[in-house]
Formats: sequence, structure tokens, C-alpha cells
Amino acid sequence: MTKFVLTIAVLVSITGLLASGFRKNTVPVAINNIDSTASVAAFMEVYKVLMSPRCMNCHPAGDIPLQGDDNHLHTMSPIRGKDGKGVYAMKCSNCHQPTNSPGLNAPPGNPKWALPPADMKMVFEGRSPRELALQIMDYKRNGHKNKAQLIEHARDTLVKAGWNMGEGRKPPPLSYTEFVVAWDEWINKGGIAPAN
Amino acid sequence: MITVTINKKNYDLDIDPETPLLWVLRDVIGLVGTKYGCGVAQCGACVVHLNGEAVRSCVTKISRAAGQKVVTIEGLSEKNDHPLQKAWMEVDVVQCGYCQAGQIMAAAVLLRENKNPTDDDIDKALEGNICRCGTYLRIKKAIHLAAAMQRKNVKG
Repeated sequence: MTKFVLTIAVLVSITGLLASGFRKNTVPVAINNIDSTASVAAFMEVYKVLMSPRCMNCHPAGDIPLQGDDNHLHTMSPIRGKDGKGVYAMKCSNCHQPTNSPGLNAPPGNPKWALPPADMKMVFEGRSPRELALQIMDYKRNGHKNKAQLIEHARDTLVKAGWNMGEGRKPPPLSYTEFVVAWDEWINKGGIAPAN
Repeated sequence: MITVTINKKNYDLDIDPETPLLWVLRDVIGLVGTKYGCGVAQCGACVVHLNGEAVRSCVTKISRAAGQKVVTIEGLSEKNDHPLQKAWMEVDVVQCGYCQAGQIMAAAVLLRENKNPTDDDIDKALEGNICRCGTYLRIKKAIHLAAAMQRKNVKG
């Protein structure tokens, strides 16, 4: 009986590892912490936040950011540019100040305001939970982040700014603290991708 | 006290650091070439250069400009002879003129970074500058002309 349980445990772990994209060029995680059920459940919470306008609007499928709670294309069509910070007279920081501008729907601000760069677009828009989880765990597609850097990313000031985007913008569906807990749980329990 | 260099001149300003740069320029310094349009960075009428970048002065707090260099339409050239200013006159771009300072300051950044812009480059650079008179075609023509003048000046 013990042998049977052990065999099942090993099989589940291997399946989990494969689902997490725990292969070459992916983010290494500690094998003994893997809990695929808990990890996937945590990611589904994370996914709600990542697909909310506050996160997805700056991770668009195209080269123009999205805007508003309805994810419409950003008015005045600013372009991503090579470094993600815009082009010519249309650089993000020309309007987006280091802090939020006062007033309803006035430009939100952060010193790091930008899209991901052109050579690492890190698209959220249109991604299924599985696609997005695999993308985030893939070192080649996640901005070259290892596990520690991924964990740290949730503490990034620009990520945190998603919960303080100024008047007229709905915050993400989880609190910032809930998000960080779910993010850590997802990664620490294996960074497992959901089935779909 | 906030010190700012505006059009190569230093100003020591005893002012609330939250004050928009636009109001410092217009109401404190008296440089009224830069216009107030929307107040929320949507129209481009208030564009000035902050360390060479085309910021919207209506939402740029004076604290961001502390110790930095600001250039307004009045300081773009010594004798109003920047290629864009000359091209603007030659093409007779202006109708009411309210947006033109912002248009020219935005275009100046484009021409600094791209010596031979295409129509598409111009669209990308000036998409955020609105002209209610609809002088866009003349603006585009003048930018091409200014780019040609600039290239000629460099060669000559």
C-alpha cells in the first residue's frame, strides 16, 4: 500500500513538473513544495488580477496600450517603441508623471510607467489561464526572471501602483495583499499551469 | 525655493511644488506662448521641453522641473528661426493658432530624433496634439519642409 501511495505521489509530482513548464529555460522551483492543486487554485486568483484592466491595459496584444475599465485602445494612440516607453513626442512619461495627476480620469502616474519592451512584450490580453501561467514561468518570455525575481516582481512599485490608479478607475478584484499571497502560493507550490 | 532653468535663464521660485509648470510659465514668469487647452494632458496645447522631452506642462508639477532645463516656444530658437518656425511661416500653417506652440514643440522632438520622418512617423509623434481647425495636412507639410531645411543646413 505504501509503495502504491509513493508511486502515485511521484507520478503526480512529475505531471505537475511537466505542467509547470519545469523544463529547460523555465523557472526552477523546489520539488518538495509542489502541490499542483493549491498552485493552480492560487493562479486562478492571480489570473483575475492580471486580466483586470489595471494590469492588462499595459500588457496589450498590440503595440498601443489599452485604457479604461473597458480596455479600449488608449486615446491618441501612443506607440510602444523599442524600450516600451513610447516614441518621439509621445513618450509615456510626457503625460504620466511620477505620481497620479489629480482629477477624474486624469493620467495615473509612476516613475516606471511603460509597456514591456518590443523584444519582450509579455502579452496578457487574450491569454487563457494556461497560456499566461506558462508564459510567466518561461524565463525566455517573462522578462528573464528566475523564481526569486518573479516573487519579487509582485512587490514592484509599478505592480503595486495597480491598486492606486487615481480617480475613476476600478481597482483589481483582489486586494494587493491577497494578490501577493496568491502569487507567492502559486509560484512556491510549483508554478503549475491550469489545464486550460 | 525651487530653482528652474527656463529658456537658459535661472529662476528661483518661492512656490507650491504641486503647481503645474504651465501656470508657472504663464502666470509667474509671463511666458504666455504656451497655451492651456484641456488641463488633463489630452490635447497637447501646453507641450514644452523638459530636458528635451515634450512634456505636457498642464500636468507636470513644478517640483518635477526643479533643477532641470525647460524650453518653451519662446526659447526654441534665438531669432524665431528654428526650421520648424520658418517652415510654419512658409506653409502658412496656422488658422486660429491656439495649438501651434504645442504642435511645434512636439515636432521639434520628432526632428531631433528622426531627421527624415515619414508621414507615419509624424502621425506617431503628433497623434496627441489636437488642432480644432483641422490644419493637420499643413502641419504635416511644414514638418516635411522643416526636415528638409534641417538636412540642408547640416549638409551646407
